[in-house]
Amino acid sequence: MSDVMVKAANVHKSFGHVEVLKGIDLEVKNGEVFCLLGPSGSGKSTFLRCINHLERVTAGRLSVEGELIGYREVGDKLHEMKPKEIAAQRRDIGMVFQRFNLFPHLTALENVMQAPMKIRGVSKAEARTQALALLDRVGLSSRVDNYPGQLSGGQQQRVAIARALAMKPKLMLFDEPTSALDPELVGEVLDVMKDLAREGMTMIVVTHEIGFAREVADTVVFMDGGVVVEAGSPSQVIDNPQHDRTKSFLSKVL
Amino acid sequence: MSVAAPEAIKAVPIRHYGQWATAAVVIVAVGALVWSVGTNDAIQWNVVGDYLFRPEIFHGIGITLALTAFSMVAGIIGGILLAVMRLSGNPVLRTVSTGYLWIFRGTPVLVQLVIWFNLGLVFPAIGIGSLSTSTNDLISPFGAALLALALNEAAYMTEIVRGGILSVDPGQTEAAHALGYSGAKTMRLIVLPQAMRVIVPPTGNEVITMLKTTSLVYAIGAQDLFTEAYNFGSKNFTLFEMYLVACFWYLAMTTILTTLQSRLEKKYAKGSHAVPAGPGFGRVIGKVRMLRSPEGGAR
Repeated sequence: MSDVMVKAANVHKSFGHVEVLKGIDLEVKNGEVFCLLGPSGSGKSTFLRCINHLERVTAGRLSVEGELIGYREVGDKLHEMKPKEIAAQRRDIGMVFQRFNLFPHLTALENVMQAPMKIRGVSKAEARTQALALLDRVGLSSRVDNYPGQLSGGQQQRVAIARALAMKPKLMLFDEPTSALDPELVGEVLDVMKDLAREGMTMIVVTHEIGFAREVADTVVFMDGGVVVEAGSPSQVIDNPQHDRTKSFLSKVL
Repeated sequence: MSVAAPEAIKAVPIRHYGQWATAAVVIVAVGALVWSVGTNDAIQWNVVGDYLFRPEIFHGIGITLALTAFSMVAGIIGGILLAVMRLSGNPVLRTVSTGYLWIFRGTPVLVQLVIWFNLGLVFPAIGIGSLSTSTNDLISPFGAALLALALNEAAYMTEIVRGGILSVDPGQTEAAHALGYSGAKTMRLIVLPQAMRVIVPPTGNEVITMLKTTSLVYAIGAQDLFTEAYNFGSKNFTLFEMYLVACFWYLAMTTILTTLQSRLEKKYAKGSHAVPAGPGFGRVIGKVRMLRSPEGGAR
């Protein structure tokens, strides 16, 4: 198995006439924690959403473990994948959203159990055991029977992380996971993410939490205007930025 | 300086003379109407009383209720299918659904009823090759009534279901897709259960409307409450009395349904604040699922 988890080669994305991604070249290695920083509108969330095909790449090549996302390459032609094939690709890629997007009609436990049961065909008993273990791991074993509406934002986001992990993904995508949280609830979510990083999960994190990026990230990428401005280790990009745009952004958020 | 609690205000309330006056007028008018109907020699009240509990009338009520129930169930299923078709990315399905609505909402249900009933005029037999039956044998008055009401109702339910589906936060669909749910599973397991909160209350209204609409089937003699009442009336020259009998039972049934409907609305209004539905809503869904699952309430 190759060492590279995600490979982006000259990835472009346009919404109509607006070009949001203008040629992204990146490589995320297995087990790496990869943080994307940048002002809003810089295209970092769009790039993240391209990785599990919630957005279609309009030019360039984007692959996960060597497999092109959303397209099949036959000769020199690209064929759109069928919805079924796209769903199969997404099963192995976990995603955590800014607004949690828990299923409000299901309890915390059911939120974590449903996808393994209905998508992977895991038995109910097994899904339940696994879900209880995951909820325990994110510190919510006492809230398993609560509905999302009865949980705080931080608790909801931790359930959302457990829900994504229940599919046993090889890669986790985090789209500003703490941006919708009250400041005092940010820490509990970041702690869960740090644990996950320590266990060797490959993670791509769009975030404004510079402290988290500095502490946990292996690679930090600064994006602006749909391009990668600067990439490197946290000590390079955060503590010793080379570009003026990176410097001015960091001076505002730090 | 200490401040004593002020005396409670005892103001003279506004006098609603206008209200009293109009109430008096209304009472007099309604009283006069009741008096003129009640003492009208042309209405044989004893006939109304005699026929109110006739077995034929009860049989008619049975048909009315059966037509209402079956056509609503079929209409709801049809409405869900048509709504999903209408919202799908497939242009063929979308066009079929739009065309269906155009035709079935654009023509009167009474006309649709007689068309189904008289289908035998243009298609004497239905089937493929040797496997065919006479249309008139296949489509009884009850069958024609059911067909017409259900197909018509499906068109109206489509719009209700579509509204419900559109009310669910698109983030829910995204989250399901990100977990690897197919489009069908996303709809069935994630979107529709949440859309129910918006779909159920107006569906209750549709049931009440349907109960009354079934009276139209008297045009094809489907033996519902109104047909039975009408038949007695025309046989015995007591039409007006029999209309009153029908009114009594329709009113009794809609009163019961309206009570159920307002309870249902209260229940579903609880969790109506934006996306995170309250626990009450979840419990309703949980109960429904408990009834459905073979192992019972294993929660």
